[in-house]
Amino acid sequence: MNNLIDILIVDDEKVILDSVERICSFENLKTDKVYSVNEAIKKIQKKNYRLIICDIMLPEIDGFELLEYLRTSEIETPVIMTTGYSTVENAVQSLYKGAIDFLPKPFTADELCCAIHRGLKLADIQYKLNHPEKNDNYDSVLYVPCPPKYLRLGYYSWVFKEFDGNVLIGITDLFLKTMDSVKSINLITQNVEIVQGYSCANIETGDCEEHMVLSPITGRIIEVNNKIESEASILEKNPYFEGWLYRLIPSNYEQEIKYLTSCSTEMF
Amino acid sequence: MWLKKIALKLILAVGITTISIISVYSYFNIVSQSDALLAEVERHAIQQSETIKSSTRYGMLLNLRDHIHENINTIGLQSCIKGVRIFNKVGEIIYSSNTNDIGTFVDKKAESCYACHVADQPLERLTTKERTRIFRLSEDSSRVLGVINPIYSEQSCWDADCHAHSKDQKVLGVLDITICLVDVDKQLEESKIKVVIFAVFSIFAISSIIGLFVKKWVDKPVTDLVDATKLVASGNFIYKIKNVSKDELGDLQKSFNLMTKKLAEARKQLFQSDKMASMGRLAAGVAHEINNPLTGILSYSSFLLKRAERNSELKNDLKVIVSETMRCRDIVKSLLDFARQSVPKKNKSDINQIIERSLTVVENQLNIKKINVMKNFASNLPEIIVDINQIQQVFVNLIVNAADATGEYGGTITLSTSLISLSPFGITQIKNATCPKNHNLMDNDFKINGMPSIKMKAITDGNEGYINFDPVYGKHKNHYGLPFSKKKLVELYCPECNTPMVDKTLFCPKCNSPIYKIFTTDQGNIEGCTKLGCHWQRWKEIDSQGERQYIEIDVSDTGCGIKKENIDRIYEPFYSTKGQKGTGLGLSVIWGIIDNHKGRITVKSEEGKGTNFKIIIPGSVN
Repeated sequence: MNNLIDILIVDDEKVILDSVERICSFENLKTDKVYSVNEAIKKIQKKNYRLIICDIMLPEIDGFELLEYLRTSEIETPVIMTTGYSTVENAVQSLYKGAIDFLPKPFTADELCCAIHRGLKLADIQYKLNHPEKNDNYDSVLYVPCPPKYLRLGYYSWVFKEFDGNVLIGITDLFLKTMDSVKSINLITQNVEIVQGYSCANIETGDCEEHMVLSPITGRIIEVNNKIESEASILEKNPYFEGWLYRLIPSNYEQEIKYLTSCSTEMF
Repeated sequence: MWLKKIALKLILAVGITTISIISVYSYFNIVSQSDALLAEVERHAIQQSETIKSSTRYGMLLNLRDHIHENINTIGLQSCIKGVRIFNKVGEIIYSSNTNDIGTFVDKKAESCYACHVADQPLERLTTKERTRIFRLSEDSSRVLGVINPIYSEQSCWDADCHAHSKDQKVLGVLDITICLVDVDKQLEESKIKVVIFAVFSIFAISSIIGLFVKKWVDKPVTDLVDATKLVASGNFIYKIKNVSKDELGDLQKSFNLMTKKLAEARKQLFQSDKMASMGRLAAGVAHEINNPLTGILSYSSFLLKRAERNSELKNDLKVIVSETMRCRDIVKSLLDFARQSVPKKNKSDINQIIERSLTVVENQLNIKKINVMKNFASNLPEIIVDINQIQQVFVNLIVNAADATGEYGGTITLSTSLISLSPFGITQIKNATCPKNHNLMDNDFKINGMPSIKMKAITDGNEGYINFDPVYGKHKNHYGLPFSKKKLVELYCPECNTPMVDKTLFCPKCNSPIYKIFTTDQGNIEGCTKLGCHWQRWKEIDSQGERQYIEIDVSDTGCGIKKENIDRIYEPFYSTKGQKGTGLGLSVIWGIIDNHKGRITVKSEEGKGTNFKIIIPGSVN
């Protein structure tokens, strides 16, 4: 891998480009910065990046177009979307269109680092998956994909509709694999309504203070899986069955599944 | 202009039809009447002529000429008989009622002879019809009827002693009488005039009856509709057509009323959504613009904080920057949330529990400030349907405010709940008020107890100014912008269109002063007394709903209180007395939440002694 640079930053504000660059260099990551999607595409054509951080609201062409470009030209570089206009719609759209993460502005250095670490880890997993010959222990399973009947929001969280119309939601194994081992998880109490694209749980790990889990669907919590709060390891052992987070009565299921991807479609 | 009216057009059409029908009818009527009359006269004349002929027969036979003369003269004296003549075959007048004619010859072309002698060869037999003719003796004389009666030869004529006539003579002479038609003509003229009078009268009668009913059934409802359309077009969406008729036009009026109602609703919704949309755009724009520079501050400061692990003094300072920037982030986020105005997610819940939970949120702060919390909860409260998060936000905000007000030396916050029944009088807020022409009377710039007041132009005792009325039904914290006395009457007008708001036909049942009437878009009219000091008000729509159950929550503190001049401004957004410590959004958000729950919040405060907020939220509606 020649001229491999860690991160490409796309934003129209110099101060943000600079600050992200400073934080990255503190983490010993090499960065490139551009002001627009067009410039970004030119850079991507020339060089390889492990991760792209892209603003949504950009002059002329918006950040979603970059996701589209990457998808059509089959470039696998993961993208973290960020925007000052941080709405649920933007978050859900970003994840649906292939971004691996959504980081609302303004963010702290820690939040940025957490997102970057997860992104880089995901890039590694992806790289290993697509280049099995370079993998040291060939046979090891990198992550457990979610069962085919499940739907997922980006690579974050999954939702499964039960026979009675209620839904179970939980965290994907891939998301867990991008973090250090889970120290604890904070869940929301029963009877609260959670909204698609909003944070529905916080995970604390060794490397970061907290990782937000974005809910894949809107609904009222009718049951909380308290077991995982006391025993976080269940989450990592069996994220799709025993490690569910909440049981919900969905409020707008039919509309919202438009932004979800079937788990039978591969992540990469 | 009046030519284009439906009523007139209809009257014209009906009039013309009546005229033509009556004209045709009259024509045939007169013709047949005159035919019948003339036929009768003719028959009579022929009969008379026969009578004369037979009366002279004897004289003829005996050749008693004097006798015949006498006879004819006597007959000719009758007023209706113009003349009686008998002339022989060659036309010599032998006998005549007019003695001058005797011996003269009648021209064969004369009226009397014309019937037989129209051809050169005279006819010997004439039908009865052919024996009569109507003519005028001279141009200006009245019409006359002439009857000729040929005298035929018979056996006794040639057998008579005088042998005056030979046997082969067929017609011996002609009896000619002329009868004047003055009476007949007079009669005919009279009946013609009668018919014309009848025709004119019926045209007039039919037209006026049609006109009357058209006016009643068509003109009035149409005028009502046109007036209503104009009023609605000018913006009066509360106008309704009254006295709707039961026919098709009534249906039209009913659907017009329905349309106006729907239009008003649609307009209201449009206005609301338009307002929210523009606010949303503004907030979103502001959020985006502010978030970018905030990103610079937050990322750099948090980055510095990370690097300043060993320098504790610097670290503390940086912590402040980071935490304050985080607060900015939360404010912007709440601004965005506000712009999106998340619909309250209401659930059945226990208000006491919500207060308890709010207390746990602020427990630390209260402990630090050594504040004593007194709880005075009623146990019989029904569960009410509220957005738990929003209501919790209300109490957290109020408790934090109370704690801030008590200062550093401690104090007491009292929280109490109770179930009360209240009549709508003195509680219900008038949220929209209009003049009869639907101009908005709500004055957002002048608030009374945090609520937009109702503004009307007032003229009293020669002075002109504005009065801002208390928007709470039954409350009278009015603001008078002009000198006002109890003794003088006041005239109230809409500030926009100057329509009088005082209804001159109605009087206050308490003090008999004139009353004003204001309109609401959806809840009927509100009436009130114009006299200063008389507190009579009536809002039938609301009164009819009867008493309702409310949950009253009382939050009191023993803090510094609110200055009198500030108390009206506390619900204004961005108004804060906390200086750098507050955003000024707290109470305005609280007000919005309580308003969303159809509740009310009131405040009483005494500087230096404390503040008391009272919230009432309606119990579950059955």
